[in-house]
Amino acid sequence: MADVTMERPVIQTADGVPLKTKLRVTTRNNRLKAFGLVIPLLAFVLIAFIFPIGSMLLRSVDNSLLPSLLPRTAAALQEWDGQGIPDEATFAIFAEEMVAARKARTIGRVATRVNFERSGMRSTFTKSARRLAKVEAGPWKEALIKIDKKWGEQGTWTTLKVLSEPLTLTHYLAALDLKYDDDLSIVSEAEDRQIYVPLFLRTLWVSLGITVLCLLLGYPIAFLMATLPVRISNLLMILVLLPFWTSLLVRTTSWIVMLQTEGVLNDIMVALGLISDESRVQMIYNMTGTVVAMTHILLPFMVLPLYSVMKTISPSYVRAARSLGATPATAFFRVYFPNTIPGIGAGSLLVFILSIGYYITPALVGGRTGQLISNLIAFHMQKSLNWGLAGALGALLLGGVLALYILYNRIVGVDNMKLG
Amino acid sequence: MALPPYAGAGERAWYYGFRFFCGLVFLFLIAPILIIVPLSFNAEPYFTFTPGMLSLSPDAFSLRWYEDIFRNEQWIQAVQNSVIIGVSATIIATALGTLAALGLSRPFMPFRTVIMGLLISPMIVPIIISAAGMYFFYSNVGLAQTYPGLILAHAALGTPFVVITVTATLVGFDHSLTRASASLGASPPTTFFKVIVPLILPGVISGGLFAFITSFDEVVAVLFLSGPAQTTIPRQMWSGIREQISPTILAVATVLICVSIALLATLELLRRRNERMRGIRAA
Repeated sequence: MADVTMERPVIQTADGVPLKTKLRVTTRNNRLKAFGLVIPLLAFVLIAFIFPIGSMLLRSVDNSLLPSLLPRTAAALQEWDGQGIPDEATFAIFAEEMVAARKARTIGRVATRVNFERSGMRSTFTKSARRLAKVEAGPWKEALIKIDKKWGEQGTWTTLKVLSEPLTLTHYLAALDLKYDDDLSIVSEAEDRQIYVPLFLRTLWVSLGITVLCLLLGYPIAFLMATLPVRISNLLMILVLLPFWTSLLVRTTSWIVMLQTEGVLNDIMVALGLISDESRVQMIYNMTGTVVAMTHILLPFMVLPLYSVMKTISPSYVRAARSLGATPATAFFRVYFPNTIPGIGAGSLLVFILSIGYYITPALVGGRTGQLISNLIAFHMQKSLNWGLAGALGALLLGGVLALYILYNRIVGVDNMKLG
Repeated sequence: MALPPYAGAGERAWYYGFRFFCGLVFLFLIAPILIIVPLSFNAEPYFTFTPGMLSLSPDAFSLRWYEDIFRNEQWIQAVQNSVIIGVSATIIATALGTLAALGLSRPFMPFRTVIMGLLISPMIVPIIISAAGMYFFYSNVGLAQTYPGLILAHAALGTPFVVITVTATLVGFDHSLTRASASLGASPPTTFFKVIVPLILPGVISGGLFAFITSFDEVVAVLFLSGPAQTTIPRQMWSGIREQISPTILAVATVLICVSIALLATLELLRRRNERMRGIRAA
């Protein structure tokens, strides 16, 4: 039998190359051609977008400041077991490097970094470095503790020990309202100092609320447009698409004009006698403003996928249900509604993904109480300059968004995303 | 879905109630635009309808805020910057995005899902993270506070829209057309420009429009990357809203609304042309 297969003639092309080989070459060439077309954009996106974001996220674990500015102290503290306070030798190295750092004018950067982990340390550092310059000789432990009692506390030194490692989780701990205790165990922050976990939760709840609002407002109008004659539904579609295409800042501005205390809506309510002139309602620069403006901005993202799904549902399904004796409500909930679930999933996920990363609208109309997680990232980027913490918060946010996006891609497929 | 003649009172009430609710939602959608346009013609520096405006007296209306745009150096600069940055970013995004979409639509594309995911990522990543990342990177390579930096940033943010729209146009693209063209003796460039481009042009243009509006409406990357010389229209509006709202902002907003109406009309025309050319009858 083996001989038979051996003898079967190999199919060849006109130029004498076996067909299999030829096919393999052609396929490879096609792959290379296709890949070649994608390469320019892929390279551009990788260099101008993915790499910058990756390197920013690396800042969240980067901890090289102390090891590079106070190298020998960092080495000594890495050896230290974290019990009590370090020995005289470590103190001596530390004192020497502090004086050197003051001369090199790098002490401020060290002080700022330590201050992010343990507030109040900035002044301790600058004061100690200044006074140490005047101390002639040891014992350094006593000298330092005399300058500031904090040098005699275990917590000060464990904080420095944590900062001596080249990589750190402190930013992630801070982003989750956790911290290292004095004996290096991980504990949660005091109740009144917890900022980030409540803010993450608030962002999630607000996004969920906005998604539900968009669904409640968007489902009826998508249903109406899908069942009306095309001529009328196209006109109504303009009412959905026009806001969609209007500048975000324009829409935010008009919500300020409408909702502010001297604004259009309050004026109408006063004119109608619903409220008195003194008791105008504060509807903007708080969470109400954020929710109203964001619902308005994100509503088209809900309506468009819903509409495109509803358009494909044949009206004869509901008619058949009715003719078989179903009440309108039964026909709707048992027949029509289940058919629209893909649209609900697509629209809700899209609105939710967009709203948890929202920045502009909360920043402009959120006031103090309507801020979301993005606004805090911006705060740490621009105001407090705690870039490591900004990176950690960003990484957590990005992780959540990517997980939702993968879900979206599974359910809807990014190729099927409707753009206007 | 008209009301059948045999509908009972309850069904009738439900029908009109439903329509009334839908009317309110449409009003909610369009109200901000309806409010802002008349207010931009206010003769007074207020953000509310004056009694004069309500009684339609001609004195209560004026074009002073529109004149203000053209007198104010900052606004003129902002308009110029927005156009320069928007057009350049659109050209880069459209060229690269169209090529990539052509590659992605080929049947032999390797690692399609992963590459598509990477190319779409600028649209998915929250803008604050993109802006922060680009801020560090562009500062390190000396592109922060320059036009090229902003143009590259906006081009990156705009490419996903081009990739998505052009890929959508290429679904159902008949590849035998290119083979026919080649067998009739056309060189690959001739085939590209004479056969492929006319067919995918509507998708390319609408992708380009998306990329342009993305840049034209983008403020967060501008906040992080621009210096005082690269202020754009949204950046100028941002500081206007934060500091003090002058009715000039409403005039600018009205102009921007006209721009979006023009873009929307262009897109609709393109969509119809695309459907005609591919023989899809309007549903």
